[in-house]
Amino acid sequence: MTPRVAIVVFPGSNCEQDVLQAFACLGIRAEYVWHHVTDLGGFDAVVLPGGFSYGDYLRTGAIAAFSPVMDAVREYADDGGLVIGICNGFQILCEAGLLPGALRFNAGLKFICRPVKVRVETCDSPFTSQARPGEIFEIPINHFQGNYYCPPEVLAALTAEHRIAFRYEGNPNGSAGDVAGVLSEGRNVLGMMPHPERAVDPAVGGTDGRIIFKSMMAAARGIRVRAVR
Amino acid sequence: MSDAGAPGIQAGIPAGIQATTGTGIRTTNGSLHRQLGLTDDEYARIGGILGRAPNHAELAMYSVMWSEHCSYKSSRIYLRTLPSEGPHVLIGPGEGAGVVEVDGVAVALRIESHNHPSFIEPVQGAQTGIGGIVRDILSMGARPIALLDPLRFGPLPVEGIADPATAERNRFLVEGVVGGISSYGNCIGVPTVGGEVVFDPCYSGNPLVNVMCIGVAPIERIMLARAHGPGNLVLLLGSKTGRDGIGGVSVLASAAFDEGSETKRPSVQVGDPFTEKLLIEACLELIERGVVVGIQDLGGAGICCATSESAANAGTGMRIHLDKVPKRERGMEPFEILTSESQERMLVIVKPEDAEEALATCRRWGLGAAVIGEVTSSGRLEVLEDGILVADVPAASLGDGPVYHRPAERPGEAPPLPDTEVAAPQDLAKDVLALVGDPSLCSKRWVWEQYDHQVMLGTVAGPGADAAVLRIPGARKRIAVTADANGRWCAADPYLGTCHAVAEAARNLAAVGAEPIAVTNCLNFGNPERADVMWSFAESVRGLGDACKALGAPVTGGNVSFYNETAGRSIDPTPVVGMVGVVVDAGPPGIAFRRPGDLVVLLGETRAELAGSEYLRVVHGRPGGLPSLDLDRELALGRVVRDAIARRLLASAHDCSEGGVAIALAECCQAGGVGAAVVQEEGLALHVWLFSESAGRVLASVDPAHLPALSALATAEGVPMSYLGTVGGDSLRLGEEADIPVAVIQDVYENTLPSAMKHA
Repeated sequence: MTPRVAIVVFPGSNCEQDVLQAFACLGIRAEYVWHHVTDLGGFDAVVLPGGFSYGDYLRTGAIAAFSPVMDAVREYADDGGLVIGICNGFQILCEAGLLPGALRFNAGLKFICRPVKVRVETCDSPFTSQARPGEIFEIPINHFQGNYYCPPEVLAALTAEHRIAFRYEGNPNGSAGDVAGVLSEGRNVLGMMPHPERAVDPAVGGTDGRIIFKSMMAAARGIRVRAVR
Repeated sequence: MSDAGAPGIQAGIPAGIQATTGTGIRTTNGSLHRQLGLTDDEYARIGGILGRAPNHAELAMYSVMWSEHCSYKSSRIYLRTLPSEGPHVLIGPGEGAGVVEVDGVAVALRIESHNHPSFIEPVQGAQTGIGGIVRDILSMGARPIALLDPLRFGPLPVEGIADPATAERNRFLVEGVVGGISSYGNCIGVPTVGGEVVFDPCYSGNPLVNVMCIGVAPIERIMLARAHGPGNLVLLLGSKTGRDGIGGVSVLASAAFDEGSETKRPSVQVGDPFTEKLLIEACLELIERGVVVGIQDLGGAGICCATSESAANAGTGMRIHLDKVPKRERGMEPFEILTSESQERMLVIVKPEDAEEALATCRRWGLGAAVIGEVTSSGRLEVLEDGILVADVPAASLGDGPVYHRPAERPGEAPPLPDTEVAAPQDLAKDVLALVGDPSLCSKRWVWEQYDHQVMLGTVAGPGADAAVLRIPGARKRIAVTADANGRWCAADPYLGTCHAVAEAARNLAAVGAEPIAVTNCLNFGNPERADVMWSFAESVRGLGDACKALGAPVTGGNVSFYNETAGRSIDPTPVVGMVGVVVDAGPPGIAFRRPGDLVVLLGETRAELAGSEYLRVVHGRPGGLPSLDLDRELALGRVVRDAIARRLLASAHDCSEGGVAIALAECCQAGGVGAAVVQEEGLALHVWLFSESAGRVLASVDPAHLPALSALATAEGVPMSYLGTVGGDSLRLGEEADIPVAVIQDVYENTLPSAMKHA
C-alpha cells in the first residue's frame, strides 16, 4: 500500500508545492491538509513545510503553533506518527513545544539562501535510517531565523541522547552546537532548517535530500498510525 | 437598486444620479488643481469633459489618472512606434502585462520602477514595488513564478571615495532596498532569480529600483481587466483602504526631487507580503473556479484607476459605493478613498450568482473582500457615499488623458569622447584585479543570497548566471530571463546605448542557449519637461525599436519612469531591457571553466574599442564613449552559440561584455575554481585586446574533440572564432604579463561587496 503523506498548509506557507513535488519524485502522491483540520488519522507521515505562516509577524512560527491543526499534530506525534518540520515547520514545532529549543535571528542578521553541508549525526531515526553516520549532504538553507538555541544543559542532553540529527559543516547562522536538525524524545518528530525538498532533482539543487524522504517512507511502512478518533 | 439587485448593496441611491449637477456634487474653486499637479490647460479640459467645474473628488481622480506615471502623456507618441508583434505574442502592450506563448503555456512578463519611493523609504519602497508588479502579473490570471531586480545606486563607501556622507547614505539605501526585496519576495514565495546591481555617481540622488516579474497560466485562463456585463458585481479583495500612498503617482512618481523630499514620506505605501500571498492564492483559486469575469490590480491611483480602466476597457460604466469599501480608519474623504494607494488589493468582477462563492473563497483564505459596486451600461464612473453622488465622470475620460509632444532637442554639445590612448599597464595583474574588485563588476552574492532564488523548484540557473533559466509548470521547454542596461553608454549616445542594452540581453540569453521571444522595458529618465531629456528619451525608444526589430524580439509592454532627478541633477538615461527567451533542449553549460585541458575560445571579433570600457572608467577615470554595434553579427553569434549548446559542444559559455576578455576570463576561472593560460591575439596591444568592450562576443571553453564542429558552426555563420588558450592550473596567466592566482581573484571578487557593506 502506498504511504499517505499529509502536507499541512498554513496561510503563508510557501513550500508546500515543492514538498509535494519532492514526494512525487519518489512516486508518492502527498496531500495538502488545511490548517483547520483537527484529525490526522490515517496518514503515514505529516510534513510542516517552509514559508511564512501567518506572515511570521509576531515571531516565526508563533501564531501557527496555536492553529487548530497543531493539536492534531501533537496527538499524532504522541501516537508515534512521523512528523517532519522543515524551516518554518521546524520553527512551528519549537513554538508548539514538540521540539526543544528555539530559532533566533541568524548571527549575521541577514537572510541566507544557499546550499550548505550538513553531517548526519545519527542514523537511528526514521528520517535518517538509510543514510550512513557521518555522511555529508549538500542541502539548501533559506531563512532569516535559523540560529538554533537551547540552554547548554539541554544541548548536552540532546547530544547524549543522539537526538541531534544533523549538524552544519561550517556554521552558517550561529546555531548552538552547529545544530541543523533535532529529533524529539520519541525520535518520531524531526525539525530541520535545511530544505531537503530542494535537493531531490538533479536539474535544481542535486539529490542529497532524497534520502530523508526515502527513510521516512521506509519507516512509514512499518508504523501505521491508528486512526485518531 | 432596480438594475443592480446586488447582495450586500443596500444603500438607497437617489433618482437622477445621471445629472452632473445632482445632489452631493460640490464644485471646487480653481487653484486646487495646481497643487494636485494639473496644469491650467488640463483643468480646462476636465471642465470641457464634464460640462461643469469638477468637485474636489473628481479633480483628485483626474490628477492621479492624468499624472505622467499613469497616463504616459509625454511618452505615448514614442511608445506607439515600438514593434509589438511576433509569432509568440498573445497579448501586447496596453494590458497589465504582456503575454507570450511558450510550448502551449502562457508566459506573462512586465517590469516596473519604484525609484522615488525607494529613495524616500528604501525598505517599503522596494517591498511595494514587488507587490505592485506581482499584482500586474496576477491581473492577467497568471501565477507569478520569478522576479528580477535591476538596481542602481550611487557609489559605496570604499577607499578613496570623494563624498563619504553621500556614500554612507547610498549604503543605507542598498541595505534597505535589498532587505525590502528579501523580506517581501521571500515571504510571498516567488523566487528572485536575477537582476543587476550597478553603482554610478549619477544615481546618488535618485537610485533606480526596477523589478520584473514573470508569470505563467494555462492559455485559456488568461484574464483581462474587463468589467463586462451590466449588473455584474464589483468586488474589492485584500487589505483595507487607508490614508497611505495618497497621490503616490502624482506627488512622488511624477515630479522631481528637491531638498524637502523627506516630507513626501506619507506618500510612500507600506507593504504587507503576507496579505499579498493570500491575495495571490485567493485570486488564482477564484479564476480556477471560473467565477471571474474580469480582474484588475490596484496600484497607482487605487480604486479610481482600477474601476475606471476596467469599465472603460469593456465599454461599460460602474457605480461604486464608498461606504462599502472596507477602511482602516473613519472619516476618510471620498477623494482619499478613491486615490489611496493602500497595497495588496485587487478588483474582481463577478456575476451576481457567483458573488457568494467568491466571498466564501476569500473568507477561506482569511482575505478581506467586499462588494463595493456594480457594472452599469452608462459609460460613467458614478461614485456614491451613503447614497449621495460624490463624483460622476465618463469612465473612459480618466484613462484618455492629454498626450504631449514635448519639445525634444539634441543638447548643443555632444558629450566629449574620451581619449582612448593609454599606455600599456605597468602592472597588468593589478589592473585586472581593480576591475574584478569594482563594486559594479564584482560578485553580487551578498545581495542575492538574501533572496530566496530556489522556491518553486524551477530555477535551473539563477543569480550569477548570464541569464536565469526556469522550468515552467505545464511545459516541456524552459525559458530564460535577463534584464540589462548601460546608463553610461546611453549618456554617450542614447540611440546606440539602448541598442547595446538589447544586444547584451540577447547575448545573455544566447549564452544559456535561449532565443529571444519578447521584451519588456523600464525606461528610467530625467525630467521630460527638459528638451534634452526628451531628446534622449526619443532616441532611446528609437534604438529600442530598431534593435528589437533586428533581433526579432517584439516589445510586449513596459514602463516609463520620468522625473528621475534630484536638485536639478538628472540620472543618465537608463533604459532597462527585460528579455524572455525559449531555451534549446540542453544545458545551460554555465559560465564556469570546468575541465583542465579544455580549450578557451572567443566567438566574435575584438576591435580596438576602449571607449566606454570599464577599464578606462575604473583605472583611468575616463567614463565617456561607447563601442560600435552590428546587430546582424549579434544575430549570427546567437545562432552559433545556441546551436553549439544544443549540440552539447560547449563546456562553458559566458557573455563577454563589461571589463572585456580580461573580466570574462576572471569570472569563468573564479566560478570554476580553475585557472587558464591565454595568449594574445595578433594585431592589438595586449591591454587593448584584454579590455576592449567590442559587442558581439561570447567566451567559451570546449573539449578539444568538439573544436572542429564548433569551428564549422562559426564558419557557416561567418562568426570569427579565435583560440585563446587552455583551461588548467590554479592561476589566470595572461601571456607573459600577468599570473594571477584564482584564489586571489575569488577573494577579491567575493569580498568586495561584503566589505563595502560592512558598517564602519
